[in-house]
Amino acid sequence: MSLNKLIATRDAFGEELVEIGKKNKNLVVLSADLAKSTRTIEFATVFPERFFNAGVAEQNMMGIAAGLSTSGFVPIVSTLAIFAAGRAYDQVRNTIAHSRLNVKIVATHSGVSMGKDGSSHQSIEDIALMRVIPHMVVISPADGPETKKALRSAIEYEGPVYMRLGRPELPVVTQHINSFNIGKADVLQEGTDVSIITCGIMVHQALKAAEILSSQNIRAGVINMHTIKPLDVEVIHQAARSTLVILTAEDHSIIGGLGSAVLETLSCANIRPPVYRIGVRDVFGESGSTDQLMKKYELTWENIVQAVHKILNRNN
Amino acid sequence: MNHSPELIVELKRKTIKVRQEIIRMTSIAQSGHLGGSLSCVEVLAALFFHQMRHDPHNPSWEERDRFILSKGHAAPALYATLALSGYFPVEELPTFRSVESRLQGHPDSTKTPGVEISTGSLGQGFSAAVGMALGFKISGRKNHVYTLLGDGELNEGEVWETAMFVNHHQIKGITAIIDRNYGQNDGATEEIMSLEPLTAKWMAFGWDVYEVNGHSIKEILDVLDQSIQQRKKQVVIIARTVKGKGVSIVEGNHNYHAKTLPRELADKVIGELQERFDEFE
Repeated sequence: MSLNKLIATRDAFGEELVEIGKKNKNLVVLSADLAKSTRTIEFATVFPERFFNAGVAEQNMMGIAAGLSTSGFVPIVSTLAIFAAGRAYDQVRNTIAHSRLNVKIVATHSGVSMGKDGSSHQSIEDIALMRVIPHMVVISPADGPETKKALRSAIEYEGPVYMRLGRPELPVVTQHINSFNIGKADVLQEGTDVSIITCGIMVHQALKAAEILSSQNIRAGVINMHTIKPLDVEVIHQAARSTLVILTAEDHSIIGGLGSAVLETLSCANIRPPVYRIGVRDVFGESGSTDQLMKKYELTWENIVQAVHKILNRNN
Repeated sequence: MNHSPELIVELKRKTIKVRQEIIRMTSIAQSGHLGGSLSCVEVLAALFFHQMRHDPHNPSWEERDRFILSKGHAAPALYATLALSGYFPVEELPTFRSVESRLQGHPDSTKTPGVEISTGSLGQGFSAAVGMALGFKISGRKNHVYTLLGDGELNEGEVWETAMFVNHHQIKGITAIIDRNYGQNDGATEEIMSLEPLTAKWMAFGWDVYEVNGHSIKEILDVLDQSIQQRKKQVVIIARTVKGKGVSIVEGNHNYHAKTLPRELADKVIGELQERFDEFE
């Protein structure tokens, strides 16, 4: 794991969008007065004729994107996750997803890790809101390189996609993985005691936790569930068969997110190990630095290690 | 404007057929929005039976103009118009709102030929229509986009987000038509959420505004021609209409926003409309 090269997923998105835009002339980008924050400003600078600012009006922006997609354009709609999934929920559901339109929603600043803007801007429910919509694909990449690959896959895929990005700079953890397949999780590390199923900003925390656990002779597997919908159920059943317990970790409410999706999958499986969920415990966040908030809301590798100890002790 | 008297008569006859089908399908379903469907019949007839370039036998023809029913609850009017245009058999209309039907309670583009995009949640069809017009603009294509909004629908904030967007991005290829029937679910528009001065509102948002009697085929055809020929910017046509037009007990009666006629009464009304249709022979 290379810790010296930090990159935010939103930065990788902004860079790759320009690269893809050079070849794909059907790519159009929309912003709701957040082009700087979402990094679509780079695309806007290079391709001003294919960039449209909707102003602070997310609902209309989703509808405009829907209309554009019907005549062969591939609209990338980018705003903060709280507005993409929350403010414009009905437009995403009834216009984009219902007609199965080829719109890519790239939502940045997700989770409490977005930091100092506080709870009004911290989306801790967007995975839940998006994965419950029929036809919607939900992707949460772990780092910069994976964001770039995921973006290309999302654009190649025909249909609505919600991609969840974050604000903090993250270490690169997927450098050894060349491909990105929607709906196919990557097993970053094999384990025999516990399987950590995680996504997004929590993947590097899970890897760090696995490293510490390994030094304590606990073999923790780490699964990067970058696609929350369609979910890779086979990898979950495999984890259920091969390890004693499963732990999920996400910067999202423990209600309705990745942890819930894993539990739903195992609820009627033959082999059902205990599942412990790390996530925001049904509370709103608050202002603070990313590190402060990750600690306070118990979203760190230390919390994962502690949780593993607790469950394994309880099981013994 | 020189629309032949024959054309006007032909379209008037079509509106009678459309009204009969609206009444029939909603009374069979015992469900659906009767008042707001009957008020927009002439506008839809003018668009589908004359104004728009479209091919009912090739609904995905690339050169077609687009029509988006932003007031999706008027689906019965759209379905009757589409069927009589030839998009699907008229015999299918009585399946409206029944399970397995292609004719959903609100327009569903994944099911119904001729429906460009799913609508039903108010305000959203307008945004999507403008997105289509923006697409045609940036790809240099001449397709025109028409969209019909309800006046109650104008309560939605999204409508005004879209109105601003069109003006800012100078999207000329959109014609929005407002079915100004002065009624919404809970009562009269000016009592529930007043819209006036409506013309001034649209002008303030930068639109060219036309007003027309929404039940006069001739006036509608004339204003559509005029608004295309003299176009400098995006156009909104306020079509003054009567909710429930064509059925005396429904006309102007807000109780029929989402109510239908009982079968016997529906048959009687359909018969009366047939007499009027025959008068044109």
